Order: sequence, then structure tokens, then C-alpha cells
Amino acid sequence: MIKDRFGNLAYQLAALLLAFGVVSLILISVDASPSETYKNIFKGSFGEMRKFAEVLVAFVPLLLVTAGLLVTFSSGLWNIGVEGQVVLGAIATTWVYRLLLESSLPPAVIIALAILGGMVGGAIWAALAGILKVFGGVNEIFGGLGLNFVSTALTIYLIFGPWKRPGVASMSGTVPFPDEFSLPLLANLRISPWALVIAFVGIVVIYFMLQGTYFGLRLKAVGKNFRAAYLLGIPTWQYAMYSFLICGALAGAAGAVQVAAVYHRLIPSISSGYGYLGLMVAMLINYQALWAVPVALFFAALNIGSIQLPIVMKLDSSLSGVLQGVLVLFVLLAAGVRQKFGRKAQ
Amino acid sequence: MSQETMLIGLAGVLASASPLIFAVIGETLSERAGVINLSMNGTILLAAMGGFAVAYTTDNIVLGFLGGMLIGALVALVVAFASITLQQSQVAVGFVLALTCRDLSYFLGNPYMGLPGPRLQALPIPVLSDIPVIGQLFFRHDVITYISFIAIFLAWLWIFRTRPGLMLQGIGEKPAAAYIRGANVNVMRYVYTIIGGALIGLAGPAFSLATRAGWMGTISGLDGFGWIALSITIFGGWNPVRGALGAYLFAFLQWLGLVLQPVLTQVPSQVLQVAPFPLMILTLLLVNIGNAEWVERTLAAMPESARKIFAKILRAMRTSPPAALGVPFERD
Repeated sequence: MIKDRFGNLAYQLAALLLAFGVVSLILISVDASPSETYKNIFKGSFGEMRKFAEVLVAFVPLLLVTAGLLVTFSSGLWNIGVEGQVVLGAIATTWVYRLLLESSLPPAVIIALAILGGMVGGAIWAALAGILKVFGGVNEIFGGLGLNFVSTALTIYLIFGPWKRPGVASMSGTVPFPDEFSLPLLANLRISPWALVIAFVGIVVIYFMLQGTYFGLRLKAVGKNFRAAYLLGIPTWQYAMYSFLICGALAGAAGAVQVAAVYHRLIPSISSGYGYLGLMVAMLINYQALWAVPVALFFAALNIGSIQLPIVMKLDSSLSGVLQGVLVLFVLLAAGVRQKFGRKAQ
Repeated sequence: MSQETMLIGLAGVLASASPLIFAVIGETLSERAGVINLSMNGTILLAAMGGFAVAYTTDNIVLGFLGGMLIGALVALVVAFASITLQQSQVAVGFVLALTCRDLSYFLGNPYMGLPGPRLQALPIPVLSDIPVIGQLFFRHDVITYISFIAIFLAWLWIFRTRPGLMLQGIGEKPAAAYIRGANVNVMRYVYTIIGGALIGLAGPAFSLATRAGWMGTISGLDGFGWIALSITIFGGWNPVRGALGAYLFAFLQWLGLVLQPVLTQVPSQVLQVAPFPLMILTLLLVNIGNAEWVERTLAAMPESARKIFAKILRAMRTSPPAALGVPFERD
């Protein structure tokens, strides 16, 4: 067992080194110094408190999305529609805020209702993918993808249509909400401690749900062997729907935080691709909830740190995506090599 | 709208569908062999950028197309190696490649943004192009669009009318049986995945050197076409002809969105651009719903005559993937 752990770690370390090696080669091919690049990414993410706060701003939605995806992955579903679920969370949050704009409720209650609304919005969008899958026979990958595009269109329609700024509508989004509608931020920083609390509550709840509850156990049984779980009397399609709903609620919370603590309005690219990035994180940690926090933090740091690259080195900031992708790819390949190697050794 | 502008518009629809057609045929071949190449969205972008970069630096448009095909084949090789040799999840590997190749295309394509480069010119076919209506629609295109017409026919012929095509269907449907009949299943899967990848790669330069010439990075509007092509492959029921019809339908809907723009002024253009997606979901629902369990139960509960009619309609629309799609093959 211990030897097994060690072997696994060795393979993953090798994958990590290979990934950085390949990305370094790509950098050299465009005449950029790899060490300089990595240094700039590091400085851009951990160099100052202000920048680290930005990393945390990206970390919150990423962790929430990853937590949700751990649930759908456990039940054997490929919820690519998670991106749209984030978007619908943001839309629903904006909608609740607009409804309560003139109300006399205390701001704290309004914020709580708005975030709750976001979770419901995400869950409803996930339920659509679930219904398409369970009752329509449409694979969740394609149903989810289609719904992602629809959600983007819906955002743009709202921003340019019914929710447009008085006067002229613009890509900069809807009218910002008043300050008291924002989750309280730390002094001089853009990060809200409440957002961090929401994210950590999300991952902790999911961790215990998957590790310690009968529900989690049955969910994993469905994911491991759908047919066997069905024969054993687990209501499989209900469990598939539950996992969509839970994941959608968490993704919706991610969208809600984007509105309530980051942008204070609805913007066209409100989800910033956190749904897709969350899928990468979930794959990289091999669906183990414990690793979600450090890996999501690492990925958030790469994203924020690479924002420096166009300014300092005239490199495109999409390098962070390349690095993340190559890393996940090599970890997957290493797992395959290890399994093949292990099987031969027996 | 005059008849002339209508014809030009429809001819434009045929041309603008050609990249999608290559991608759909490529994916169809790959999936027929049992391998899902989910990397398509990233592959097309990387091949579009790479094809443009090669054509720009060498000033040779043919090399640009070959470069795009090579990129597609290489990405497909990674998919094949990971899924056939290492038996990793095709969906996971393909998805990671879809995102990685997309970002790589933006990263490496940065210096080529917005440069004026070579592009294919229209090549009207003498005599044929003078036929009224038909000439206008089919014979005043660029070379790559003609090739797309031929590719549809050849792919159909190969899959359904030749011996190797029969074997191809076999390795996707019943690999064990194909193996007993002497097919080297995994080698064939490698071959078809790589050929399919090259065709998917061809879609890239078909965009960047023909229908949407140039490389515009994130604002090129190419992001998403690979996912569409995947849906069309399903819509087409893994048949190149039906798949091509799906691609034409999609291109037609996009054109319709543009045409309707002045009429529906209150709807933002970005919304009309994505209008085909809900329709895609709907068609996927229609072709898949016959496979759902509750539909079968409902049908069984119907009176005889109604059941026959509904079952017929469902069967006509329904498509089913190759039985061994995504399942690794292992000799015992």
C-alpha cells in the first residue's frame, strides 16, 4: 500500500516535470525565456497582497465549481454544462437583486436571497441537462454544451434587451448595483471573506457528503456500475438528477459570487470559463475532494499570474491555459502508463 | 429579396458549411471505428491558426492546408495513444486536448493576429457554371468547397459500399467479431482516428484560408464550431450524407440569422448567431428520444394502430451510435 502510494506520487511528479518541460519548449520556440516567464507568473500571483487577493477572487468560483463537479463525476456523469450553470447562477442573482432593488429589506437579507436565487438558477439549468439526459436520452455532454451556448446568448440578450443600461446598452454590462448590495470586501482589497467562507463550506459539505454518508456511497455506486446499482435497488435516475441539482446549485453559487462580490452587475463573460477550468481541476485531482483546495488555488494563481505576461513580456496570457491543459494531459497519460505497467508486472 | 441575392446567399451557405463538413466526416470515420475524438473544437482552432501561419510564412496555400491536416492528425494520434494503447477515458483526454489546443492556438497565433494573408480564390468551372441556378449554386466556388462535395460522396461510398468500409463498421459495432474475421482492431482504430483527425484538421485552414480568411485569435468567432460539428455528427447518425445535410442546415440557419437581422432589430445579433444551438438540442432530443426507456413503455401501452405510427416516426428519426463507441478493445 505504502509502496503503491509512493509509486503513484513518482508518476505524478514525472508528469508535472514533463508538463513544465513541454511548456518550456513551447516558450523557447517563441523566443521567450521559460524561467523569466515562470518568475513573472509567480510574481503576478503571489508578489503582492493585492495580487494574491485577485488569486483568491478567482479561487472562490473555481473551488465551488470543482466541489459541484466532484458530485457529478462520482455518479459517472460528464457535466460539461457546468459553465452554463455558473452563468445562470449569475443571471438569477442579478434578477433577485433587481426585484429587491426598491425593497425595504436589510441589505444582508437581500444579498442572502440573491445568492440563494443564484443557487436555484444554477440548479434549474443543471436540471434541464439532467432531464434531457434521463428522459430524452441526450448525452449530458451535448445537452450541456448546447445549454452553455444558450446561457451565453441569454446573458447577452438580457444585457442588450430588458436589462440594458438607461440610454445605450453596452458590452460592459448592466447598471452596477449600489454598494450596500455587495458582499463586504476586505479593506483596500477586492476579495470578500464571505465569498471564501461560501467556497470552503461548499467543498467541506461535499467532502463529508461523499466520504461519510449513505447518500454519497450510493451515488458512487451508481457512478461505478450503473447497471449493478440499478439491480441492487438504487433508484439510479433519481440519483443522477440529485447529482445534477447539487452540482448546479454549487455552480450557481459560483455565479452568484461573481455578481455579488466581484462585478456587482451582470457582464457578458460573467463565468470567465471557470466551469471548464473546474472540469480540469476535478480531473487533475482524480476526483479526490481533499486535493481540490490546493489545486484550485494553483490553477487560480496561474490564471491571475499570467495576466502579467502580455504587459511584461508581450506573451499571450492564454499560456496559463496551455500549462494547465498540458499538466492534466500528462497526469492522465501517466496514470495510463502506470496501469499498463502495473498490469504487465503482475 | 431578389432571386439573384437569394442564390448568392444560398451558394454562400454551401461554401461556409464546407469546413464543418470535413470535421463531421472526420469525426464520423473516427467514431465509426469506435473512438470519440472530443478534441475537435481545439483541433480546428489550432489547425486554423497553424494552417494560416504556414501559408503566410511560406506564401504557399497548399502547404497551409497540409499543415492543418498534419496538426489534426497529430492531435488525433495523442487521442488514439491515450485511449487505445493506454486505455484512458477518451472523453477525458479529448476534452483536455480541446481546451489545450484552443489556448495553444491563441498563444502561438498571437503574432499572426489580423495579418492579411493568402486565401483561396473562387474557381468557376467553365460551362457548368453557366447553367442557370445550378451553376450559380454549385459551380462558382473555391477548390476546397468542391473537395467538400466530393468528400461527402467518397466517405459514403467507402463506409457503405466497400469491403474495408464494412470492416470499419465491424470494428465499431462488434470489435470481437471483426477480430475473429482477421481485422487488427486496434491498428485499424489508430488508422481511422488519425485519418479522421487529418480531416478534422482540414476544417481549420478551410476556415482561415477560405471561408473566414485570416487569423483573428479569440475574436475569430471560430470557438464553438468543433462542438457544433460533434453535435452534427450525432444528428447525422454517423452517416456522411446525413451529417453533411446537418452541416448545411446549420449554415443555413446562421445565414438566416444574418438575413433576419434588419427585420428583428430588437434582437441583438449575438443572440441570432446562437439560435442554431437550441435547435441543435431539439434535434438531438428528437433523434435520441426513441432510445429512452419511458418512451418504449409509453409505446407499449398504446393501442396497436397508434403504436405502429409512433414507432415508425421514432425509428425514422432515431440514430444510434456504434455499439463499441468509447469501449477499449482487448484480445483475451
